Amino acid sequence: MNPAKQDSQTTRLLSRKQPQSKTDLFVSFSKLALQGFGGVLAIVQRELVEKKQWLTREEFLEDWAVAQILPGPNVVNLSLMIGDRYFGFRGALAALAGMLTFPLVIVLVLAAVFGGVADTPAAQGALRGMGAVAAGLIAATGIKLIGALQRNVMGLTVCWGLAVLSFVAIGLLRWPLVWVLLGVGGMACLWAYRCMEVPQPPEGAP
Amino acid sequence: MTTVLSSADWLALLVHFMSLSLLAIGGAITTAPEMHNYLVNDKAWLTDSQFTSSIALAQAAPGPNVLFIALLGWNVGMNAGGGMAAGPHAWWLALAGVGIAMVGILLPSTTLTFAAARWGHQNRELRAVRAFKQGMAPIVIALLIATGWILAASQGSPVDHWRGWLLTVVTALLVWRTRLHMLWMLGTGAVLGALGFL
Repeated sequence: MNPAKQDSQTTRLLSRKQPQSKTDLFVSFSKLALQGFGGVLAIVQRELVEKKQWLTREEFLEDWAVAQILPGPNVVNLSLMIGDRYFGFRGALAALAGMLTFPLVIVLVLAAVFGGVADTPAAQGALRGMGAVAAGLIAATGIKLIGALQRNVMGLTVCWGLAVLSFVAIGLLRWPLVWVLLGVGGMACLWAYRCMEVPQPPEGAP
Repeated sequence: MTTVLSSADWLALLVHFMSLSLLAIGGAITTAPEMHNYLVNDKAWLTDSQFTSSIALAQAAPGPNVLFIALLGWNVGMNAGGGMAAGPHAWWLALAGVGIAMVGILLPSTTLTFAAARWGHQNRELRAVRAFKQGMAPIVIALLIATGWILAASQGSPVDHWRGWLLTVVTALLVWRTRLHMLWMLGTGAVLGALGFL
């Protein structure tokens, strides 16, 4: 690791908060999970990036890319990665347990008590309403992350091109996710690799 | 509905979920059609409506949507035990079903993620790793917005279901521009929906 890089990382670490303990991880992820109706991602972005500031917007995006491309539930993958980074294997387990324990208990109690209620018109209506809201939550999370592209090595124009292409493929044409991630994603990674060929002079250097 | 599951059947269930685990790119929900085929059509361990309401209930409850897998396991066990009225025996089988289903769907994918993410973090200065993260960034953003779009579109066309679409757009603007707590928005959506406004 070169000194300049280390320096910038130290500043970042100093200027940023992080989880205090494995218990903190467990409690924080439990809280996140319990607020996440219809998916936890939107709340994760708001809490970890905007409130707790454990991650910057750019770091969140990077981690999310990894959590997304690997198989398994995205938020579960993300909690595992963040937990591991701060407290190793046990941290990963703590974050994972936080994400799953209480929601699992709640959903089983609901299944046991209200097993038949899910089919009533009112419950179906409520689900529709929450679905409409969840759609807005997730879309807005994506919109808020667009700003993180400004420092991307590929440049803003290429980023927008790739984003529009992916949106059309996934959202409108409904191509299978795997194809888009491998096809468009693979192209993008190769392009980013090429863009890194010329080492950028460090900021502020003459 | 009552079914009979042998030990071999339980093992088959575990193996089936473990094999789907590594295919679940984009979340466990992407394997739902495959699971439906196996659990409802092939094996008849679940009814169609048990399958659908497992997904609906997990979406309505807080937490990751992968918990619908736990409910599938719950229902498979409950059916094998003769239903809720059959007593403690059925409840234990239902809990066993939850354990088998969740371990099956999570163990392979989390192990892979743990190893891959750790490797990626240790090698974060490698050009290939940085290129991956930089390259994937715009696609990941597009994927989020597309997910929102697909969810919104599942309500039906914006003309016929303009109330639902309006709710989606207003929510997106509120999340983007304000710090209003998301539970208020979800609560409002649930109430509006339950009262039949959508």
